Amino acid sequence: MRASKPCIALLMATLCPALMFGGTISGKVTYTGTPAKQKAIDMSKEPSCAKQHATPVMTEGVVTGPNNALANVVVYISAGADDANAPAQAVTFTQKGCQYGPHVLAMHTGQELDVLNEDQTSHNIHPLAKVNREWNKSQPPGTPPIKDKWDQPEVIEVKCNIHPWMHGWFVVLKTNHYSITGENGGFSLPNLPPGKYTITAWHEPDGKQTQEVTISGNETKSVDFSFVLKPY
Amino acid sequence: MKRLNQEHFFSVILSFVLVAGFTVARAQDVPDVGPHPPTPPKAMESHIGNLTGHSQDAKSDYRRYCAGCHGDLGDGNGENAVWLDPKPRDFTIATFKCRSTLTGILPTDEDLFDTVGRGLTNSNMPIWNTFTRQQRADLVAYIKTFSPRWEKEKAGDPIKIPAEPPVTIESISHGKALFTKLECWKCHGPQGKGDGPSASTLTDSKDQPIRPYNFASGGDDSRFKCGSTNADVYKIFITGVDGTPMPSFADVIQPNDAWDLVHFLRTLQVNRHSKENDVLKAAGGKIPPYVEKQAEAPASQSGTRTAGGGN
Repeated sequence: MRASKPCIALLMATLCPALMFGGTISGKVTYTGTPAKQKAIDMSKEPSCAKQHATPVMTEGVVTGPNNALANVVVYISAGADDANAPAQAVTFTQKGCQYGPHVLAMHTGQELDVLNEDQTSHNIHPLAKVNREWNKSQPPGTPPIKDKWDQPEVIEVKCNIHPWMHGWFVVLKTNHYSITGENGGFSLPNLPPGKYTITAWHEPDGKQTQEVTISGNETKSVDFSFVLKPY
Repeated sequence: MKRLNQEHFFSVILSFVLVAGFTVARAQDVPDVGPHPPTPPKAMESHIGNLTGHSQDAKSDYRRYCAGCHGDLGDGNGENAVWLDPKPRDFTIATFKCRSTLTGILPTDEDLFDTVGRGLTNSNMPIWNTFTRQQRADLVAYIKTFSPRWEKEKAGDPIKIPAEPPVTIESISHGKALFTKLECWKCHGPQGKGDGPSASTLTDSKDQPIRPYNFASGGDDSRFKCGSTNADVYKIFITGVDGTPMPSFADVIQPNDAWDLVHFLRTLQVNRHSKENDVLKAAGGKIPPYVEKQAEAPASQSGTRTAGGGN
């Protein structure tokens, strides 16, 4: 009898997602055209960072993989999904070696954002928000994480003014259904109840593309995106 | 004859329609060119002490004195804007440089009121001392009609500024150590001449090039953008200068340390007469290296250090 409750909970946890949230939208983001070349970043003005990299760090404005795969694309459900609540877990944005990790960070509105400085130099974190509140804070080495959250959905450019090559993005969404492509361009949005969805793909220099997808039952639907890249 | 009458009739109708249309346009005060605001601006108030400003009362003053640069829609795109550097403030995003509130937080009505009265040095924003206090208060209320943030968010509370400790060579010396440690010099340069290694790369939040403040420029009258007192300087690095590369140090500097930094910054204004420069001169013109007190833990240091130390 005492064991039955955990058993039921386990059963529910195993079955419910399969029964209720079975659908998956997955696919690949590719490009046509010519991607802008990645450039080597000169960090010589910040020796404490330069020495952390054996080979020069490359710019991350456009990152591609084999077979025309496009990385750093945020694919998310922009309409149709019902999740108003932000996860309790914070997302983390780390400054290390005068680089942002990750270059593109997605999060839910209201979700806690922790900004960490793991360098031996000061950074200033300057999210250039236009819909949300723009702020700009100094974070010297060894200081605690800066904690914040964003109220409105917005794609926010992030800069460090002290190290102008440091450049990243906060993609603030009203959904937890998002996926950021890696170098294989692949994405997957699991646990979707049946319904009609609008899928949006955002890429740094090219903006947004959308597609409509209808999911019924536990099926996996394949959706691909393709961006036309220009070298300049 | 009949044809003429008909023509006359139509021209009368036409002019009536034109006049009526014009009157309606005037009455609604919708600008006849450019993008239209999605909704008519809501009337706003400002409160400066016991003075209350009303946005409706500032309409003609704004049109006459402000719109040329800041634009009819408050977006900073007035007809003079292309010729100006720095660019006029865009009120539609409600980001303001001179605040007593923390970074990202709306300024107080007093902050905006003071900015209008003080003008912004090194820019085309003049000192509007020709306005009455009521006119300035009304204009502050008017500025608040351009962004919905003023309806949704509360203006922040002013930061608390502790009493200034006496200026000593020790406080100047500690301030200099902080200037190095907090890497102010990366932009402002080792002598505060605005020529640090990152200086040439700086842009504001609208991608316009921007220079870090050159402390050494100017003479006895040299002043800061957001006020000329030591408390104004203190405020700057606690609040940050929003919309620019200057960040807030509110979370990373202790109150007394901040005062020491102010004392050091005053010595960078080499051509300005100040008590800080007098103290420096009396000490032989050289800032001694800062010696950290080893007995005390760094966290308690600023709290226990007597104001100004020494003497």
